[in-house]
Amino acid sequence: MIFSLKDIVAILPEITIVAGACVLLLAALLIPKGERKDVIAYFAIGFVALAAIDTLIISGMEKTTVLGGMFVLDGYACFFKFVFYIGTILSILLSLNYVDEEKINVEEYYILMLFSLSGMMVIASGANLLTIYLGLELMSLPVYVLVGFLQRDIRSNEASMKYIVLGAFSSGILLFGISLIYGLTGTTQLVGIAEALTDATVHVPVFALAVIMLVAGFGFKIAGVPFHMWAPDAYEGAPTPITGFMSVAVKAAAFAALLRVFIEGLSTVQADWQLVVALVSVASLVVGNVVAIAQSNIKRMLAYSSVGHAGYALLGLVAGTAEGVSGVMFYMLTYTFMNLGAFGVVITMRKGSQMGENIEDYAGLAKTNRALALAMLIFLFSLAGIPPTAGFVAKFYIFMALIHQGMIPLAVIAVLMSAVAAYYYARIVMIMYMREPAGEFELARSRGLVYALVLAVIAVILMGVYPTYFIELAQRATFIM
Amino acid sequence: MVPLTWYIALSALLFMVGVGGVLLRRNIIIVLMSVELILNSVNINFVAFSYYLQDLTGQIFAIFTITVAAAEIAVALGILIALVRNRNIINVDEIDTMRG
Repeated sequence: MIFSLKDIVAILPEITIVAGACVLLLAALLIPKGERKDVIAYFAIGFVALAAIDTLIISGMEKTTVLGGMFVLDGYACFFKFVFYIGTILSILLSLNYVDEEKINVEEYYILMLFSLSGMMVIASGANLLTIYLGLELMSLPVYVLVGFLQRDIRSNEASMKYIVLGAFSSGILLFGISLIYGLTGTTQLVGIAEALTDATVHVPVFALAVIMLVAGFGFKIAGVPFHMWAPDAYEGAPTPITGFMSVAVKAAAFAALLRVFIEGLSTVQADWQLVVALVSVASLVVGNVVAIAQSNIKRMLAYSSVGHAGYALLGLVAGTAEGVSGVMFYMLTYTFMNLGAFGVVITMRKGSQMGENIEDYAGLAKTNRALALAMLIFLFSLAGIPPTAGFVAKFYIFMALIHQGMIPLAVIAVLMSAVAAYYYARIVMIMYMREPAGEFELARSRGLVYALVLAVIAVILMGVYPTYFIELAQRATFIM
Repeated sequence: MVPLTWYIALSALLFMVGVGGVLLRRNIIIVLMSVELILNSVNINFVAFSYYLQDLTGQIFAIFTITVAAAEIAVALGILIALVRNRNIINVDEIDTMRG
């Protein structure tokens, strides 16, 4: 097979990121040790921005499948790629100060983030189970390392050990599912699978097993119950910007794969997977939101809340309509801003001897640092789904998709669980505003943090007040009509 | 010729052994070996199906799986070394600093 110009153009953003990461890996040696980290960080942001421009230019093209049917370029892929770019850039901005605080003197930190980003982009564009699997691994391997980046911190070591053992285990299960589907349909091409499934003879019991294995494999990556056991530990032990990166970009990438595989490849057998996905979704909603109440560590609390949010987003897949899919896409976009914003505040609280991880540490924050407390309030209200923030619109939109499909009981459970979620988010707000501060707050100050937080606040409010533009963007980008 | 069902039975058996090893064994090295068993059972599936269907995709998939498995195990062993240096433990049930 000979590559044509069209192939190269379609994968230009991926080429930009991978080539950029490789160049930075080598070029780092030319930069003096003292400023190496920061320079690499700025260049990393530059390469992501360059890839974003590439994507913007080629997003105008109509849907094309290149590289022998392996790789698809459509609005859906471009939309998700923008979510990943935003997540990566915000995480890098949040890291600038944090890496100094934790004495991570290695510039590979940022380069690994770029490699992980390239994996996510491959996932979003995967039209074949092989591409999607390779993208999944390319995304996960750097994140395993990043989680363990605080080499001297025992929690970080343990977090990454748990994450990689369970991650490898779950990708093994996913692969077994893929191999069964290949055996039954004779192809790994999503379009081909959909075609083969119209033939009723494929519907043997083994097929249901394969589908359950796929749900388990992807369920692990999105941290859905009962495949969430790794999430609280990995989120707590990882460097905080990486926790944000995992909960936002990695989760969004897994959702990109999940929607593509189940809606494009397996939509003809929706009856087979709808119930399983609905069960995972309800379990995530209940377990995530209820267990979060009991947490005293804010990173752990946000981890359980992230399990709950995976549950909300999964409901969009259960609905299975164009409205549901665009709902998930919009949800991932808003979640990127509000969750990274909340982690940004946690990172700001990390300074010197102050770990800033206990919820009690936030007592009276509003008395001395009004702006920071207000930002946290906006992010938490958005996570809880209180108008006029983006989180409300995102939830509303998913619930509407459910109701239009007549799945009222699911919508009722989801709304009830939002009420539970409001309790533990509001508790932090209460602690920030109603308590007296225990002592002076030491806050990390850096331009990167300020930029990231301001950007996140603006985005959360803007998408809450004027969601139409973004929702239409998501609607136009769905791959089903 | 060996019928296809034999291969599938073998791979299902290997898969079970792998899953059992991950869930029951305590030593991290053995857990990682069990993960490798799972990945190899997948490879058997792919190659058997590939031969049965007379289609190359399965073999290509198997080659990629082998490559990824090698990368994965390299990263896992690296992380294990960091863990052993800090705490000198090798059993999964001793990884219990974080709870809740």
